[in-house]
Amino acid sequence: MAQLGSYALLFALALSGYSFVAGLVALMRPGSERMGETARRAGIAVCACVFLASLVLVVSAFQDDFSIAYILHHSNHDLPAPYKFATLWSGQEGSLLFWSLLLGAYGLVLRLRHKTDPRLFAYASVVIAAVQVFFLLLLNFAAHPFATVQGTIPADGNGLNPLLQYPEMVIHPPMLYLGYVGFTVPFAFALGALAMRYPGEKWIHITRRWTMVTWGFLTCGIFLGAHWAYSVLGWGGYWGWDPVENASLMPWLTGTAFLHSVMMQEKRGMLKMWNMWLVFATFWLAILGTFLTRSGIISSVHAFAQSGIGSWFVWFLALSCATFAFFFFKNKSHLQSEHKLEALVSRESSFLFNNLLFVLACFTVLWGTWFPKISELVQNTKVTVGPPFYNSVAIPVALLLLLLTAVGPLLAWRKTSLESLKRNFLWPTYGAVAVGIAMMIFGVRPWKDIAYFYALMSAMLSTLVALTVISEFVRGGRVIAGHTGQNLLGAIVHLWHRNTRRYGGYIVHFGVAVVVIGILGTPFNKEVEKEMGYGDKMAIGPYTLVCRSYTQEEKPNYGSEWAILDVFKGDKQITQLFPERRFYKASQQTQTMPQIYPTFREDFLLVKDLYVVYEGVNQDTGRPIIKAHLNPLVPWIWAGLVIMIFGTIIGLVPNAAPIRVPVAARVQAAPVGAGD
Amino acid sequence: MISAVKARVKRALQLAALSLALLLLLGAGDSGSRFNELGHRMMCVCGCSQILLECNHVGCKYSDRMRDELMAAVDRGDSDDLTLQAFVQKYGTTVIAAPTNKGFNRVAWVMPFLALGLGLTTVVFIVRAWKNRPTPALADGIKPLRGSELEQFRAQAQKETEL
Repeated sequence: MAQLGSYALLFALALSGYSFVAGLVALMRPGSERMGETARRAGIAVCACVFLASLVLVVSAFQDDFSIAYILHHSNHDLPAPYKFATLWSGQEGSLLFWSLLLGAYGLVLRLRHKTDPRLFAYASVVIAAVQVFFLLLLNFAAHPFATVQGTIPADGNGLNPLLQYPEMVIHPPMLYLGYVGFTVPFAFALGALAMRYPGEKWIHITRRWTMVTWGFLTCGIFLGAHWAYSVLGWGGYWGWDPVENASLMPWLTGTAFLHSVMMQEKRGMLKMWNMWLVFATFWLAILGTFLTRSGIISSVHAFAQSGIGSWFVWFLALSCATFAFFFFKNKSHLQSEHKLEALVSRESSFLFNNLLFVLACFTVLWGTWFPKISELVQNTKVTVGPPFYNSVAIPVALLLLLLTAVGPLLAWRKTSLESLKRNFLWPTYGAVAVGIAMMIFGVRPWKDIAYFYALMSAMLSTLVALTVISEFVRGGRVIAGHTGQNLLGAIVHLWHRNTRRYGGYIVHFGVAVVVIGILGTPFNKEVEKEMGYGDKMAIGPYTLVCRSYTQEEKPNYGSEWAILDVFKGDKQITQLFPERRFYKASQQTQTMPQIYPTFREDFLLVKDLYVVYEGVNQDTGRPIIKAHLNPLVPWIWAGLVIMIFGTIIGLVPNAAPIRVPVAARVQAAPVGAGD
Repeated sequence: MISAVKARVKRALQLAALSLALLLLLGAGDSGSRFNELGHRMMCVCGCSQILLECNHVGCKYSDRMRDELMAAVDRGDSDDLTLQAFVQKYGTTVIAAPTNKGFNRVAWVMPFLALGLGLTTVVFIVRAWKNRPTPALADGIKPLRGSELEQFRAQAQKETEL
C-alpha cells in the first residue's frame, strides 16, 4: 500500500511539473494550443493521483497498517472510524497531502470550466500548477506521508492526540483548509489577469463566487475551531489569540476586505491595484499560516510538531512575493482607476475606510504574532504577546469596523446627501442608544472596567447594525410591495432575489452583529469550583448543581469517569449533566469532556451556557472536583455563524432576471435594484 | 404644535445620547481590583498559554502557587511594578502577558498606531487625488448632466425607489 501511495505522489509531482512548464510554454508561444491542452489534462490527472494517494493513506488507517510511520503515530486499533478517516489531516504529512488534494480538486473544477475564458483559465491553471508543484515537492522530499517504519513494526499505534478526538475534528480542519486552499483560486486568476493585461473586469466576475465560497469555508472553519476549543479545552473560552488561531484570522481579514473592495472595481473601476495586492496578501497569509503551524518558529499550544519544512515555506513565500511584485510593477499601468471620487460621504469612501480598518486589524494580528520573534532577535529577550495586547489594540479597531458595517450600507454610490443619511440612520441610532441606556439601568457600569465599556459599545453598535439591516429590508420590501401588491414578506423575498449578493451581504452583516452580541457577554462570565460528594450542592448564578452520583466506564479506546449532576433553577429541575474525564489508553493521556447546557428554554434572549467540567479527583481528600462556568450569550456566537453562512449561501444564488422599465428615449433602461 | 413636540423629543434623545457618551468617557479609565487586574496581566507558565487567572488545569504545578504569591504580594501592599518585577525574576520575561511599555517593547504598542496614522494619511491622500482627477471623457453625443437637471433626475430616482 505504501508503495502505491508513494508512486501516486511521485506521478502527481511529475504531472504537475509538466502542467506548469507546458502550460507556461503554451502561453508564451502562439499556436501551441495542443500543448496547452496537454497541460490542462495533466493538471486534471494530478488531482486523480493525489486523490489516489489520499485514499491509500485513509485505507491504511482503516487497515491499521502500522508499517507506515504516519499511521503508527496518528492512529491505533481502537480509534473510532470517523477519527481513522480524519487521520488524513491529523498530522503534518497527512495535512499537507490534504492541502494538495484540495488544491487538486479546486484545480480540477477550474480546468473543467476552462471554456468560460480559455486564455484566462490557462493562465490561472499555470499558477495553480506552480503552487501544486511546491506542495508535491514537500510531500515527496520533506514530509513524506508514506515513509515506512524501520525495524520491528509495533503491534499498535500511538493513537490520536486526545484533544483531537472530538466530532469537530472530522469537520473543522477540512473547512479551514477549504478556506486556506480556496484563496489560491482568486489569486491565480488575479495573477493571470495581471500577467496577460486582461481587459475589463470579467475576471472579477468569474472569481466572485470562488471568493465567496472560499470565504464561507474559512469563516466556518474559524468558528468551528473556536467551538472545538470551547467544547474540549475546558477553560470556558473560545479564542485565546494563539498564533495558530491568528494565522487563520489574518487571511480572513484581508479576504473580507477584498470581498468589499472588489465591488469598487466592479461598479466604478476603482481600487484595481489595491485589489490585486489584497488578493495576493490573502493567498500569501494563508501560506504563512500553514508555515506558522508547521515550522515551529513560533510557539503555540496547537502547532504541529516542529520540523525542517519551515525553510521550504520561506523560499516559497519569497518566490511568490517576487513573482507577484514582478508582474505588478511590469503591468501596473493597466490598473489605472477609471473614475474619480465625487463626494466624501459615499459608498466608495466607506469602502476605503473599511479596507483600511480590515488591513490595520490584520497588521495588528500579524505584528502581535511575530513580535515575540522580533523581540528575541533584537533584544535577545522572549516576550509574550497575549490577550491584553490584542484586547487593547484590536478591539477598538473591531468596534470602528462595526460602526462602518452599520453606516456603509446606507451610503449610496458616488454621493449621499446628509439628509438621506440622517433619515435612514435616525431610528437605528435611537434603538442603539436605548439598548445602551437599558444596559446601564440593569447594572452595566462602563466606568468600572474597560471590559464593560467595550461590552456596552459592542451592544450598542451591534444593535445599530442589526437595525440598519432590518430597516434596509423593510424599506426595500415596502417599495416592492407598493409596486406589486405583494405582502411585505413576499416583497422582501422578491427584493432579495433581484440582488442576492447585496441582501446576502446584509444577512452576513446581521450575523456579524449576532456574533458580537455573543462575544460581549465575556466580562460577565462567572465560575465556581467545588469538591462535590454525593448530594452536595453548588450554586452558580440562578442555577444549582446537585451531585447525584459518580460512575466509571471502560471503552476500547479509553476509560472514563464522570459525574451525574442534576441542574435546578429555583425548585425546578431543568436538566441533568454528565461532565466526563477520559483516559486514552494508546496515548496514555487524560482529557476532560465538559458538558454544556445552553439555557435557551429558561432565558431565550439572554441565553447563557452552563458549562460544567469534571476536573478530576483531589488526591488528598479522594473527592471529585467540579468546576462550573456560567457564560452569558455565548450560544449567540454559534447562531451568528449560522446566519453568516446562510447569508453567504443566499448571496451565491443567481439574481432573478432584472426588470427593465421602458422609459423615454434619452434615458437608458437600467436593471432595477442593481447597485450593492 | 406636533412638530414642536417632535423637536422636543428629538432634543431630549440627543441630550440622552450626549449624556451617555460623557458617562462612558468618564468611566473609561477605571481598572477594577488589583488582584484581578494583575492576575490578568500575567500568564500561567505551565505551557498552557492561558492568562494566570484563567488557567484551570487540575494539578497545574504553577497556577495555584502563582496565584497564592500574587495574593500575598497584593496583601503586602507591593506596588504593581514591584509585583510584576518579582514574577519576572522568578518565572522569566514571558510571564508578563503583554509587552511592557519600556525600551524596545514599546515598539509593539506603537506600531499599530503608526500603521493607523500611515493608513489614514494614505486614505486622505487617495481621496484628495481622486477628487482632483479630471472627469473622464464621455462618448460622442452624450452630454453630462449638471446642476438643476442632475438634481431633478436624482430627486425622481429617489421618489420612485424611495431608497
